[in-house]
Amino acid sequence: MSEHEYTPKSKVGKWFNDRLPLLTLANHLTDYPTPKNLNYWWTFGGILTFCLITQIVTGLVLAMHYIAHADMAFDSVEHIMRDVNYGWLIRYIHANGASMFFLAVYIHIFRSLFYGSYKSPREIIWIIGIIIYLLMMAAAFMGYVLPWGQMSFWGATVITNLFSAIPLVGEGIVTWLWGGYSVDNPTLTRFFTLHYLIPFLILGLVVLHIWALHVPGNNNPVGIDIKKPSKDTVPFHPYIVIKDGFALLMFMIVFAFFVFYTPNILGHADNYIEADPLVTPAHIVPEWYLLPFYAILRSVPDKLLGVVAMLSAILILAALPWLDTSKTRSAVFRPLYKQFYWILVADVLILGYVGAMPAEGLYLLVARVATAYYFLHFLLILPVLGLKEKTLPIPLSITDPVLGGSSNFSTAKNQTKIE
Amino acid sequence: MSEKKTNRRDFLFTATYAVGAVGVGATIWPMIDQMNPDASVKALASTEVDVSSVDRGKTITVLWRGKPVFIRRRTQEEIAEAKSVKLEDLKDPQKDEDRAKDPEWLVMLGVCTHLGCVPLDQKGDYNGWFCPCHGSHYDISGRIRKGPAPTNMEIPKYEFVNANTIKIG
Amino acid sequence: MKFFFRVLLLFTLIIGFQYNSYAAEKVEYLKTDWSFKGLFGKFDRGALQRGYQVYTEVCSSCHSMKYLSYRNLAEKGGPEFSEEQAKAIAASFEVKDGPNEDGEMFNRPGKLSDKFVMPYENIKAAQAANGGAYPPDMSVLVKARGGGVDYIYSLLQGYEDPPAGITLDDGVYYNKYMYGNKIKMANQLSDGLVTYGDGTNATVQQMSKDVTTFLMWAAEPHLESRHKMGFKAITYLIILTILVYFSMKKIWSRIETEV
Repeated sequence: MSEHEYTPKSKVGKWFNDRLPLLTLANHLTDYPTPKNLNYWWTFGGILTFCLITQIVTGLVLAMHYIAHADMAFDSVEHIMRDVNYGWLIRYIHANGASMFFLAVYIHIFRSLFYGSYKSPREIIWIIGIIIYLLMMAAAFMGYVLPWGQMSFWGATVITNLFSAIPLVGEGIVTWLWGGYSVDNPTLTRFFTLHYLIPFLILGLVVLHIWALHVPGNNNPVGIDIKKPSKDTVPFHPYIVIKDGFALLMFMIVFAFFVFYTPNILGHADNYIEADPLVTPAHIVPEWYLLPFYAILRSVPDKLLGVVAMLSAILILAALPWLDTSKTRSAVFRPLYKQFYWILVADVLILGYVGAMPAEGLYLLVARVATAYYFLHFLLILPVLGLKEKTLPIPLSITDPVLGGSSNFSTAKNQTKIE
Repeated sequence: MSEKKTNRRDFLFTATYAVGAVGVGATIWPMIDQMNPDASVKALASTEVDVSSVDRGKTITVLWRGKPVFIRRRTQEEIAEAKSVKLEDLKDPQKDEDRAKDPEWLVMLGVCTHLGCVPLDQKGDYNGWFCPCHGSHYDISGRIRKGPAPTNMEIPKYEFVNANTIKIG
Repeated sequence: MKFFFRVLLLFTLIIGFQYNSYAAEKVEYLKTDWSFKGLFGKFDRGALQRGYQVYTEVCSSCHSMKYLSYRNLAEKGGPEFSEEQAKAIAASFEVKDGPNEDGEMFNRPGKLSDKFVMPYENIKAAQAANGGAYPPDMSVLVKARGGGVDYIYSLLQGYEDPPAGITLDDGVYYNKYMYGNKIKMANQLSDGLVTYGDGTNATVQQMSKDVTTFLMWAAEPHLESRHKMGFKAITYLIILTILVYFSMKKIWSRIETEV
């Protein structure tokens, strides 16, 4: 883990550290050599950690007052909003916090896509990240069910019904998920249990995510391997800490604006109507962060294939390190990829937009084209592009403007030798 | 020159830390305060009891803020007994007049001051209450006479709304 | 810095998209100036008290407000009736309590801690009395409708004779702001229906505005403290951000790299 052995100065410190090397760990974390050219897109890792902790803390508080029972859940949420000291604040932070969490995670993912952070030797970091993202979606979905409003109830009904698309056992699985013949109290209580559990699974995976990151170290905007520590790196503390802190504060201002001034804009009005199994709302729309996948689901006319397409859209990301054949990491040196990257961003935004629209007419057509392009990007464009694209020359190091580098450190060294 | 620079830098960092610490404190407070009694609980802080049907020498128990309140209509003998006790004999000296506004009515929180059990009526060595948990004996004024409890049983805030109604809290 | 604006712009676009999607079939609502909008928005106490009067005298015969208590009427940031007024209001209602020692339910005058008395025992009773339509509980009604206050305000004034070609069943009325235009609530408001204690002229528009303000408060009783706290929080964050920014510049000046 560390290249130089760390010895605490004090006797007590040494005694403790010999038995549990917490001080070595702390030293590793503060000294951790980080590329000094990281831009602000790299601050979202820290921001996401903040989001996770915020959600866990506010969630714990809410769980002290919330009642997971179909007859009382809605009432208990109103009790939190009206009577519990600062209850409204804590609930609004938690509800908007989910959106902020996804905003940050999307930026984090797209940063990785742009700078090729998923490529060797960081595949494991990437795959753990995808699992975290999947768990986040599960947690967010189940959390949305808890207030037991109309959108909670019908969202739960629609999403759990996805499993009925599975041949033969589908119906059985759905009944098993519900614990009854419809979404009802048993469904609510199990969703509450899982909603409480998942954040801690995420926390564990985040530790692995960071651990896996600290093995090869951070990628950087130039995308080349760097020697650590060297003149290309700075210690994590105080340089990166303060920079992450600054970005986090900017993020918190946006967050605070939502919480204090438009706390319900990201939610749906129907969720302030108590769940009614007899009446379906006119438009069932998931939260904004799930809309692109919702669009993919609806763009396929077959029930089973729709579900398969939606799941593949997420799982395909796990195969990305092998689908992208290019040896160059950063899009900065990949002029063609850069263009396709922005097309993909636009494509996902379009999917999000049509996901919120009724699935008919032009919207449906656009959704189908966008869905097809989404898969085309990963399955065809990326593999071919990596082989055909002529990349720009890469500098040898972050500090030296000398060209001739490679995203692979050993190759870069060999090249200089040859020269 | 460089001295000055250091000072300014130190001031900037100190200010940043200080302002940051204030924010952390302000954020933690709501997370703590949420565990305090909420507005609906506070609103239930008082309760009115109709005592017209309580006979002399009987005790009724009512629930107030989730705890039992003993309301005893004492007999003349009991009042006399309560008043006759010398303050020197008491662990927590308190006159009976200070505990019962109207000597006929003793309104008292039925919670043992030792560890919060509910004492039994007309038990113990002093004709008052006896706590079965750890053996505290209270007299007919609810004062601790023997056992581990440190103080007399608590008198809640109460008033007579009219001859038949007591408002507790 | 440019970077953050880009992110913000992106997010605004996403929200804009979503917001639009809900607006797809929206009609233009009537507009009025709400005192509670904006960064420093506060409720108009007079409007809240008048709105409460409209609610009790008109709406409450069918619509419940089950999450409100009489004590709320005297709380800060609400109509702010005096404690005595709120007690008197509460006492004017019969509240079912019990069981007493004999095991029977009994009626007593309301207390501050009581919830608003409901017009019907339960939803089924409400439906039975209203031709099958449940008059929705109004505690969070404003937040439960896409158009929010503007929608409620417009709906109350949106009763019209149906256009030619539309026939209405018995007990169904035409309202130009209602989703689908057919509403089971008859027009309730007419000029001078209530007599305001403060001498305000009780026009339909005035009553609509007052009762909508009251409903907004009912749905967001902590709106005022939220706005106040929000201003403080954001001011604080901006100050800390500036301090951290200069600290960051200072720290990074030790090495020659642009932050």
